[in-house]
Amino acid sequence: MKVGLFIPCYINQLYPQVGKATLELLERLNVDVMYPLGQTCCGQPMANSGYEYESVGSCNNFVSNFKDFDYIVTPSGSCAYHVKKHYDIIPQTDDVVKVRENVYELCDFILNVLKVKNVGAKFPYKVGIHKSCHGLRGLRLGSCSEKVTEAYSYIGELLKEVSGTEVIELTRADECCGFGGTFAVTEEAISVKMGKDRIKDHLDNGVEVITATDTSCLMHLEGLVTRNKQPLKILHIAEILNSVN
Amino acid sequence: MSHSKAATIFNKDEKKVNWHDKALWFVRHKRDKSAHSVKGWEELRNLGHGIKAHTLSNLDTYLIQFEENAIKNGVQVHWAADADEHNKIVQSILKAHNAKKVVKSKSMLTEECHLNPFLEANDIEVIDTDLGERIVQLAKEPPSHIVLPAIHKKKEEVDVLFQEHLGTKPCDGDPQYLTGEARKHLREKFIQADAAITGVNFAVADTGGFVVCTNEGNADMGVHLAPVHIACMGIEKLIPKQEHLGVFLRLLGRSATGQHITTYSSHFKKPRNGAKMHIVIVDNGRTEQLSRPDFRASLHCIRCGACMNTCPIYRRSGGHSYDSTIPGPIGSILSPGKDLKKHSTLPFASTLCGSCSDVCPVKIDIHTQLYKWRQIITKETPQPFIKKTSMKMMGNIFSKPSQFDKVGKVARWSLRNLPKGMINSKPNVWGKARDLPLGPKESFEDWYKKRNKDEQ
Repeated sequence: MKVGLFIPCYINQLYPQVGKATLELLERLNVDVMYPLGQTCCGQPMANSGYEYESVGSCNNFVSNFKDFDYIVTPSGSCAYHVKKHYDIIPQTDDVVKVRENVYELCDFILNVLKVKNVGAKFPYKVGIHKSCHGLRGLRLGSCSEKVTEAYSYIGELLKEVSGTEVIELTRADECCGFGGTFAVTEEAISVKMGKDRIKDHLDNGVEVITATDTSCLMHLEGLVTRNKQPLKILHIAEILNSVN
Repeated sequence: MSHSKAATIFNKDEKKVNWHDKALWFVRHKRDKSAHSVKGWEELRNLGHGIKAHTLSNLDTYLIQFEENAIKNGVQVHWAADADEHNKIVQSILKAHNAKKVVKSKSMLTEECHLNPFLEANDIEVIDTDLGERIVQLAKEPPSHIVLPAIHKKKEEVDVLFQEHLGTKPCDGDPQYLTGEARKHLREKFIQADAAITGVNFAVADTGGFVVCTNEGNADMGVHLAPVHIACMGIEKLIPKQEHLGVFLRLLGRSATGQHITTYSSHFKKPRNGAKMHIVIVDNGRTEQLSRPDFRASLHCIRCGACMNTCPIYRRSGGHSYDSTIPGPIGSILSPGKDLKKHSTLPFASTLCGSCSDVCPVKIDIHTQLYKWRQIITKETPQPFIKKTSMKMMGNIFSKPSQFDKVGKVARWSLRNLPKGMINSKPNVWGKARDLPLGPKESFEDWYKKRNKDEQ
């Protein structure tokens, strides 16, 4: 099983520690994982802003980087969802179809492909899960509060097995944080208000660390927490699952 | 005004935003409780979706069937291609009956057609009889929500409004007193009315009958007292059979307010002895929307308002920020079909979180349609120069890994070395309320290359 690691553009440049944690975690789980050089972006920022046609170069670069892998794993539900849902703007060659089928968000891959629940991590903190929307309602990485289905959460299942971690229930289980790509800037007032409200929910319920499958949501929340000097730590799920010492 | 500008103004009063958000979240929560008490909820949604898709695919047949049956029942049926024709038809019916005073129960279609100002300009008094509608009518405002038209108003504001228009005493916003006074005021109007106008929630093709849902019984009060009943409906309100009401009435009440069923589901079929009944069937852009495969499903909408209650943006920007008859997520996919330029910012008033699609009782893929409208809007309406160029630049940078690497280096250096005041200066909208991450010295790719070299 050959696994290609996709590190989203903003993680590559701004949060390399999330990429490192993802790679180390997969290696620790004995995955034959490789990071093909020359990665950029999945194309989502342009496409979600209405400029899908400007994202074609990114899509092609993505496919050429990953066409030879059995699985593509990424620490981002949002990017994985974008590849799956919106790569219909480029011709559907065998390579494109294969890449779209085999791209996985990290927790999904660990739980459902590797079939591992306990990754051997230790993290003695009260953790609040921010259920990033594209992973939740796009990839269905968990049940959402709107639909009448059985309750499940991939990230929750993995966190449950982490030694010392207490997962905290929130008042609003899966409300959006307000990041939304360029929305964060074009609808600044609402974006900030949504983020503040999410953070308040975590604080009110005694959370010490907010985690998620997506660093994009976390960057937005961290930006607010840092600016407002709030007593919260923000970590990507890969960083928690990779805490072994 | 763009949605974001209106939203920024709404957000100047954070306490009011919190109150508005909580009021609507409460309704969403009630909806959750009542939906989760139905075992086959997702099946019901599938059925609702399927029946609507089928009906829209055979709309011509069902419309004609409906008309034939309605005529058999003794109802007069009128067809209106657009809002203007609709208004004129209503006016001509009123004129024929010499009707000067009209009571109207809730109808988003007549809002869409701007019927009230049209009739008022023709010396006809129109009174909205739904309490929320009456409140916004007195305030000379459009409804801010399709089920809860005055949800943006606090009871204290209603108190002041009623003092001015209904001569009530100051009461500190006592809801019981205020509704009691509204009731007295409306009863008088019901008794005086020469004609009653209602909307239509569901029109049944195989019987020619239709159903109007209200929680206040105001449709019945109006219709039963006035000698003329005019029901106005969009062409998409049809369902093929009476039995399909069993699906839609269950979905509607729960999705709208968390009630098992709306308090009054009033079935109308034929005029009572001596009275007249008219139905006005309106297109007003609907067939055009039907012709767009990507957006056709927006016509499934049963106007429950659940997408508004769940939308984190709607809750924090208020219905008026959308500046369209139907606000919120569903409005943001319907309105661009009517006037792309005017409503061009609405599909961007979303994080594409998808909550609207999952809460929708008839499974409209709202967030996917928002995404699709965005692609059309950037091509067909003028876009800010800066947005267009920056997207082109990003597209280019991301196409070429070497360029991405270079730009990344500069960005990281800047974040690490430039003073915070400069980073968060005005052009950086992000930095107004949020910090940016500190730029790390090496990117992930730098680190990975180095690690592999060290290992060799």
